[in-house]
Amino acid sequence: MTEFTEIWTYLARDPLLWLTLTLAAYGVGDAAFKASGRKPLINPVLIAVALLAVLLRLTDTNYATYFEGAQFVHFMLGPATVALAVPLYANLGNIRAAAVPMVCALFAGSLTAMISGVWIARALGASPDTLLALVPKSATAPVALGVSDAIGGSPSLTAVLVITTGITGAIIATPLLNLLRIRDWRARGFAVGVASHGIGTARAFQVHETAGAFSGIGMGLNALLTALLAPVLAPWLIGLY
Amino acid sequence: MDVALGNSGLPPMILHLTILLAFQLTGEVISRLLELPLPGPVIGMTLLFFTLMIFPRLAAAITPTSRVLLAHLSLLFVPAGVGVVGHLDRFGSDGLALATAVIGSTALAISAGVLTFAGVARMLGKSK
Repeated sequence: MTEFTEIWTYLARDPLLWLTLTLAAYGVGDAAFKASGRKPLINPVLIAVALLAVLLRLTDTNYATYFEGAQFVHFMLGPATVALAVPLYANLGNIRAAAVPMVCALFAGSLTAMISGVWIARALGASPDTLLALVPKSATAPVALGVSDAIGGSPSLTAVLVITTGITGAIIATPLLNLLRIRDWRARGFAVGVASHGIGTARAFQVHETAGAFSGIGMGLNALLTALLAPVLAPWLIGLY
Repeated sequence: MDVALGNSGLPPMILHLTILLAFQLTGEVISRLLELPLPGPVIGMTLLFFTLMIFPRLAAAITPTSRVLLAHLSLLFVPAGVGVVGHLDRFGSDGLALATAVIGSTALAISAGVLTFAGVARMLGKSK
């Protein structure tokens, strides 16, 4: 028993354990996704997060310790975002041809995300502080946190809302888009990227490369539009005027 | 370009990651220097996109590496997702309102975006 405790003490402090478990948990999620016949509800991110959250709770490990291992995975988000330029470039012809629909869809999706989120929460009695954190939830995390801070919301609450928005988008996109009977991969990908940023884009790449490329543009453009519009819209939405 | 892409002595994967990181780094520096409301990686993506338009052969070279990174983009969100679980209690008494707002407004935003895109594309197609 002492030996096990000693090994555990070593492992618990070493980044290797949680890095390995992060990859393994995602492996389990991905295998479940594939075994289900790629059903959108069986989301690999959601499964991996749930497994790891249970493990952290069972082993009484705090997030800081976990992140020492997981940061190597988290770090790759930066270069992966830069790499989105490659499918964008591969779809250059598609993008040029779709510039006008993209700009219109950007404003429609971005404004709907900000306005409807606040209105629904306000109708259900959420406090004004909470509403402010909700405004930038569809933008990619680094932009959303900065915007939330700038308009007086709580960045840590916004972080939770951004991630849940992303996972929600990844799960509901396929059934919702099928229900709406839109088969255009450009339109499908773009709308998902605007509404649910990188996690939606990751889902779009699982489905179709053109959808993924357009989702990446949607994410980038909505980051910009949210940063510009949220500070103007927020006081009006929250009803301070 | 051949020297930069093929004969520099670095294995391709490492060279490609170096290129991606260099664009991210440039993006971070520009974002901070000019105090832009966009994160470094998004600026880096934009810069790489324009660079690829000028040097198309670079695109062919880094395509395999970028495809590997993007095929498993979901994995990269797992650490942030785990962080969120510990903060779910922040939803507090507003929990139901926030959950409904997140699900409802994400569905509405996707619908508004996709219907606008498809509608405008159809109108433009007809007028041509």
